[in-house]
Amino acid sequence: MHDRYSRQILFSGIGAEGQEKLENKHALIIGAGALGTGSAEILARAGVGELTIVDRDYVEWSNLQRQQLYTEADAEERMPKVIAAKKRLEEINSGITIHAHIIDVTPVELEQLIHGVDLILDATDNFDIRMIINDTSQKYSIPWIYGSCVGSYGISYTILPGVSPCLHCLMENIPIGGMTCDTLGVISPVVQLVIAHQTAEALKILTEKTDRLRQELISFDLWNNQQSTIQVRSLKQQQCKSCGDHANYPFLDYENTTKAEILCGRETVQIRPSSRETKDLETLAIKLKKLGKVKQNPYLLQFTIGDDRLVLFRDGRVLVHGTNDAARARSLYHRYLG
Amino acid sequence: MNLLVNGKRIQVPATVKTITDVKNHFNITNPVVIVEHNGEILDKAKHPEKEVADGDKIELVQFVGGG
Ligand SMILES: [Zn+2]
Repeated sequence: MHDRYSRQILFSGIGAEGQEKLENKHALIIGAGALGTGSAEILARAGVGELTIVDRDYVEWSNLQRQQLYTEADAEERMPKVIAAKKRLEEINSGITIHAHIIDVTPVELEQLIHGVDLILDATDNFDIRMIINDTSQKYSIPWIYGSCVGSYGISYTILPGVSPCLHCLMENIPIGGMTCDTLGVISPVVQLVIAHQTAEALKILTEKTDRLRQELISFDLWNNQQSTIQVRSLKQQQCKSCGDHANYPFLDYENTTKAEILCGRETVQIRPSSRETKDLETLAIKLKKLGKVKQNPYLLQFTIGDDRLVLFRDGRVLVHGTNDAARARSLYHRYLG
Repeated sequence: MNLLVNGKRIQVPATVKTITDVKNHFNITNPVVIVEHNGEILDKAKHPEKEVADGDKIELVQFVGGG
């Protein structure tokens, strides 16, 4: 028996009992960017028995400044984030189980992912998915922890179904455009502070010490030396469609069509086809090699033709780089991939 | 006029009279912002008329998307 968890067991808030609870819990981390990698490392080191990490993207050089599980080799090889993350997390703690999925999460995927999950950690970068998480959390009564940052500013909030006002209660209107962009940049310390808040709350939930939860909305700006906590209990809406008396989970009712989505600040459009069949990248590679340059790893295929660059994942998604124009991206997608 | 905004004492010009003025003073265009004024969360519709006074405590929480 190692004493790897001894310092955590010595901490009176957790103790041997709390440690045992952690070992029997399953956390789902959605997104393996800055927040996701940090939270995953903390929870893996803490000995949370089962971690599931999902992300749709691959590692790029601009990630290395703050996404703590990745290396230059991962960026060089365009390794899917969750594959690189799983590898590193298994080096850190071989005694826990780590599931990694290279997928774009929609309500369909999330419903499959949440079986046996005790907590959902938000490490995403947009409100489309957060509202889906919020509705799923309410529908299946699984707590989730919102976290986000931009520039030097960060925010976090814990939602216990049946107790806290949900994210839908807090946000009267859903932000459109602008706010999901990473055009303002971000500094690593604020990422770490959001992670600290999210994972502290996560440990409380996973050790079943929910009486210790913050129950406040917290935000901070590390560059401008400001911080704020607000008690939001009064914002709970009885008529809320996500958590109210007659909830119908509007964000889970999602038309199953091909979606084109602009990834802000990256000059990239993601195309997500409606069918979820696995793509045969090898056959595609042979076809595309006749038209342009093809580079491959076991998880994805990169196709360059002229100034256009497309990256294809096995789950059928395609990232069209070098454009913010959804129509042009769709056109390139259909031109080369049918 | 002095205001305590997100825990920091800040001097604002006399032209700042309402919560909306405060938001404009900080260039907050974000539609999703929760404002607490002296311990009370304000309905968004009240922002243009709610007056602020010297020494008021204001918390401005903006929802952002990055991660
Ligand atoms: Zn609600």
